Order: sequence, then structure tokens, then C-alpha cells
Amino acid sequence: MSIFRFFSKPTSAPAARERLQVLLAHERASAGDSELVTVLRDEILAVIAKHMQIDSDKVNVTMERGLQMSTLAVDVEIPFDAVKKKKKAA
Amino acid sequence: MGKVIVVTSGKGGVGKTTSTAALGAALAQGGAKVVVVDFDVGLRNLDLVMGAERRVVYDLVNVIQGDAKLTQALIRDKRLQTLYLLPASQTRDKDNLTPEGVEKVITALRKNFDWVICDSPAGIERGATLAMRHADIAIVVTNPEVSSVRDSDRIIGLLDSKTVKAERGEQMEKHLLLTRYDPARAERGDMLKVDDVLEILSIPLLGIIPESMDVLRASNVGAPVTLSDDRSAPALAYFDAARRLNGETIPVTVPGEKRGFFGKFFGRKAA
Ligand SMILES: Nc1ncnc2c1ncn2[C@@H]1O[C@H](COP(=O)(O)OP(=O)(O)OP(=O)(O)O)[C@@H](O)[C@H]1O
Ligand SMILES: [Mg+2]
Repeated sequence: MSIFRFFSKPTSAPAARERLQVLLAHERASAGDSELVTVLRDEILAVIAKHMQIDSDKVNVTMERGLQMSTLAVDVEIPFDAVKKKKKAA
Repeated sequence: MGKVIVVTSGKGGVGKTTSTAALGAALAQGGAKVVVVDFDVGLRNLDLVMGAERRVVYDLVNVIQGDAKLTQALIRDKRLQTLYLLPASQTRDKDNLTPEGVEKVITALRKNFDWVICDSPAGIERGATLAMRHADIAIVVTNPEVSSVRDSDRIIGLLDSKTVKAERGEQMEKHLLLTRYDPARAERGDMLKVDDVLEILSIPLLGIIPESMDVLRASNVGAPVTLSDDRSAPALAYFDAARRLNGETIPVTVPGEKRGFFGKFFGRKAA
């Protein structure tokens, strides 16, 4: 490879190291499906399901795992008649 | 209706996941709606190569078992609006992939995407046969070395017998993608020649991807090589392969045979 390229590009190994640290920290913690973000995700969805019928197009879940902090976003569109519908279905 | 591609090889470590990501991104960069599907249950890696490993919410097995809807499991690429990933499960094993479940998922994806690209696990077991089962097109990834060519031949046999297309008596469209081609070793005569591999396997050539540091760098930063360095030699080779998948006829250049070091260097400067 050209020496010019070497100087023109930041090295990629630090990025690889950082990504692996985050990923493996989470994978090790989640042996047995106990990763906190996934536990929270499932319990929050269960709570929502208690009150309304979950329509997958209306519930959007995103997660972003970090080393110091992870984020979990649960976006729910709650229709005006959600409770009535749930009662009818029950 | 979209087309379903399986990226397969038999032998491990030849470049299936790298190629799935690079071709998927290249097709999406051309404006197509693309989903890449990881079939390597238990040993997923496509999420890492795509740089989406921190954002996995649900996976293929969750969808098959009904724990999540397909739309919830799809992860949209942060760089390309039309590129999606369906991750494999890391914690379950292959037995969770049922033929019926896989069929349902592929049928749904086919309706919503222009291209569905399935990254097969190595081997010839369940995971590999399920990944190829519903394909319209197979990309056989091969390195120019004896054991890889032998395993590719074995996989071609499976493609012609164990897939839905084969069972219907139809012809599976098969393409050879020669990867990790090292011009220096070719020069020394220590590597199988492109023509020899083509003659032995006798399927048409989709492209030749050179062995390159750019691929390693791309996987370090978590981007398909066609995104991380779209002027690099492997990226250009993947772009050409994607155009061939779209039906264009462009001649295949053997890496190192046309432009040497200076050609490459000045080509870069001029761009
Ligand atoms: N053209 C290339 N130049 C240099 N390295 C490459 C190239 N293609 C693939 N590699 C490297 O080879 C290794 C295996 O690649 P990859 O994971 O894509 O193979 P695979 O066929 O998916 O493997 P597996 O059978 O384990 O799923 C990776 O480290 C990857 O970075
Ligand atoms: Mg792989």
C-alpha cells in the first residue's frame, strides 16, 4: 500500500477495539437472555399489552448499546379507542 | 416482487459475509431497496460487518417464533435509507430455524424489497440448506485454492437438488464470485488461475474481488467496503458485480493485470 494512504487515513484498529468492548460487554452480560435492556424491553411491552392490543406497526422499539450507557426507546401510538378495543378483544 | 439471493460457499471464512454486506450496500447505493439476512444462527457476524451490532432489537428466530413482527426486527442502516438488516440470533441454536418459518419470512421480505440477500453459514448442514432454499439466484463465493473450489462444487450440487427451484425442475441461476484474489501470488503462479476455477466449476463469473487491507479496515469500522472506501479496489469490484446482478454486461478485469501500483495511484489522484 502507498505511504500516502497511510498518512491520509486514520487507523481503524482503535474503532474495532472500541466496538468489540461494547459488544462483548453486552454479550457476556446477556448469557441467558438477562441483558437489562432486553428485559426492560419485554416487560415494558408486556405492560403496554395489558392496556391495549399491540399492533406492531404502532409500536416501534429501538435500542442502542453503549459501554457506559444504553438507550431503549419504545414509541407507542395510542389510538383514542385503544382501551375499548382491548376490552372487546378480551 | 423482489429477487432472493443466497451467498454461499461450503467452506468457511472465504468472504460470504463481507460480500453480502458489500453487494447489499452497492445495490442500495444504486437506489434499490435491499435487505441482508443473517442465517448464521449462533455465530452472527453480519451485524458487526454492517456496523449495526449495538442496535439489534430482535432477530430472525424471534420473528420465526412469533415473539416479534418482521418490521420490528428489521434494522435500517444509518447511512443508506434503503438498506436493512435482519440479524441472526446469537443465543439460540440452528434448530430454531424451521423450514416453514423461513419460508414465511422470505415470502414477506420478497414482497417488500427489491433484493433479499441471504448470508449463509459455512458447511452443508441445516443453516446452509435453509439459507439457499428459497433463492432465485446463488452467489457461490470461492477463493482460488483447492479446498474452497472443492467445497463450492459440493454446494453447487446442493443448489441443483435441495432448493425449491430445483425441486420444481427449474434452473437455479448461479454465479461465481472469486474473492481474496491475490495478484502477487497469481504473478508467482502459486494460485489457481481464474480460467481454471471457471472451467472446473463451469458457472458464470460475477466478479473477482482482490485481497485487500481495505476489507479489513471496513470491518474494523463497521461499514460495508463499498461505503467505507468507495474508491478502493475491492469496492470497485463489488460495484461492478452489483451492476452485473442488475443485468449489465461489463468485462471482468483480473486484479493486478491491467493497472499496477502507479496506475492505481494516479487514478486516485486524478479523481
Ligand atoms: N477481499 C478480501 N481481502 C482481505 N480480507 C478479506 C477479503 N474478504 C474477506 N476477508 C477477510 O476474511 C475473513 C472472513 O471473511 P468473511 O467473514 O466475510 O467470510 P465468511 O465466508 O462469511 O466466513 P464464515 O464461513 O465464517 O461465515 C474476514 O476477516 C474478512 O475480513
Ligand atoms: Mg459469514
